[in-house]
Amino acid sequence: MGEATETFYSVIRRQGITRRNFLKFCSLTAASLGLSPLAANDIAIALETKPRVPVIWMHGLECTCCSESFIRSAHPLVKDAVLSMISLDYDDTIMAAAGHQAEAILTETRAKYKDRYVLAIEGNPPLNEDGMFCIDGGKPFVEKLRSMAEDSMTIIAWGSCASWGCVQAARPNPTQAMPIDKVITNKPIIKVPGCPPIAEVMTAIVTFITTFGKLPELDRQGRPKMFYSQRIHDKCYRRSHFDAGQFVEEWDDESARKGYCLYKMGCKGPTTYNACSAVRWNGGVSFPIQSGHGCFGCSEDGFWDKGSFYDRLTTIKQFGIEANADQIGRAAAGAVGLAVAAHAAVTAAKRLTRKREGVVQEKRSKVQS
Amino acid sequence: MSGKTAQVLNVLSSVGVAGKDRSADRDVVYVYEMPVRVWHWVNAAAIMVLAITGCFIGTAVPTMPGEASDNFFFGYIRFAHFSAGYVLAVGFLLRIYCAMMGNPHAKQIFYVPIWRRCFWDELWQTIRWYALLAVRSDKCAGHNPAAQLMMFSMFTLTTAFMIVTGFALYAQGSGQESWQFGLFGWIFGVLPNSQDVHTLHHLGLWVIVTFVLIHVYAAIREDIMSRRSISAIISGERDLRD
Repeated sequence: MGEATETFYSVIRRQGITRRNFLKFCSLTAASLGLSPLAANDIAIALETKPRVPVIWMHGLECTCCSESFIRSAHPLVKDAVLSMISLDYDDTIMAAAGHQAEAILTETRAKYKDRYVLAIEGNPPLNEDGMFCIDGGKPFVEKLRSMAEDSMTIIAWGSCASWGCVQAARPNPTQAMPIDKVITNKPIIKVPGCPPIAEVMTAIVTFITTFGKLPELDRQGRPKMFYSQRIHDKCYRRSHFDAGQFVEEWDDESARKGYCLYKMGCKGPTTYNACSAVRWNGGVSFPIQSGHGCFGCSEDGFWDKGSFYDRLTTIKQFGIEANADQIGRAAAGAVGLAVAAHAAVTAAKRLTRKREGVVQEKRSKVQS
Repeated sequence: MSGKTAQVLNVLSSVGVAGKDRSADRDVVYVYEMPVRVWHWVNAAAIMVLAITGCFIGTAVPTMPGEASDNFFFGYIRFAHFSAGYVLAVGFLLRIYCAMMGNPHAKQIFYVPIWRRCFWDELWQTIRWYALLAVRSDKCAGHNPAAQLMMFSMFTLTTAFMIVTGFALYAQGSGQESWQFGLFGWIFGVLPNSQDVHTLHHLGLWVIVTFVLIHVYAAIREDIMSRRSISAIISGERDLRD
């Protein structure tokens, strides 16, 4: 692991980039950010003097799909992100050090860079049985998380696990797996949901935080607005078929071949905030809908608990039976309709008998009133 | 001479109490003022459009033939839903204004006087009436207690809920910078996955459908069976007969 005090400038000089090109890069960056010409100088000074931000990457209950995604980033290449932009001091999955040597880095970073390092969390801590369901380095992960979070500058919650809980927090959640923001409440947390998040989104967020030393603008739910402010649906290339009313009804029908909208096949695009339809996957090659399958909504809260991936409506289990809102509604409206009809029939019958009783009834009612 | 005086007195006493002189047992009350009646029918029409287009939006339409660029069918359905939604929302605001400025009957659907003992007594009487146990209904100019309870819970609260969730879902399309998101985006703070908001919006539809069933049945039944006329929502005047 590299020397953490190294600056961005010294790293790119070592890689053979001239100072002239470095300054060109700075003015280009200032121009693309819409800053004044003088800002180029500020950027150059910042990159020359600011030490690279140390990043600690820890793994809780997770499947490592976030790491798998991250290492496939194409813009920027993950090698540039890991080797030049940040100082990835600790990541037990991809680091060379192991055992006590690796664990020593944690205490060292914590002491040396107090309130200056970024804590990136992949996965989440289970709280049940004092966190015994996830032991990392000989102690519960939740303890490691709490101690490292204490002195961190900010926390990145990678993926749906760290952001929402994901599969390990799905009902009935036997290990009581909790998203990071339910465990750490006194630090700024940026949620980067997705199962996994898009590689380019991950590297872009790391780049943003290390370059500007702060979090990008977040939405109400703590997700970066630049990637999560629009739904899959809003940028979907099949949207015109949605508006036209052209839908796939079966996986092998003519509409599927023509690439119509997957709304009826339970596509969660209209309720899912992510950048898949804009950034796409594997270096911009494709994304689920482009491959002919609806969106799962993997970057949304509790997406495992919302019923079938192939239904538009959530399954509601509170009533003891599994049904969706429309089935329940239809049953309720039907029952009330029957009740109304029955009531009308009884009323009519009663009225007839009352008429037959005639004068007797009249008298009785007068007496009552 | 004395006969004439009696006639004049009779006419004078009927001034301001329309139709009181038609018979000793008849009574006509001006219940629903014009704005409330207009709102009722506009609102009913909006709900009709919202319910039908809402069902289509929920289940989607059969696939349209031809090129996507030649069609905007689903788009128009959604447009109708959103327009009717705006009509409903604006109407609801005006209705609140009517409740503040209008007569006491205009306030009825916005509260249930659970703190009044007579409300519970009357409610019990009304339940007996609907359960066919009482032979005669109570005379109520406006809603009877059961109707008021249903109006408030099934209509007023549900409509408010549908407006809030509806605008929140609309804000998903109009974007996070829109005023709709500014006003109603907090819904997604409560329910982070907007799929849940869709589900509840669907359930709300069925509450409204159930309400319409009961409301229409009860109104017609009351007109036939009880001592109150349905005309109040058309002319504003309610015939209270014996």
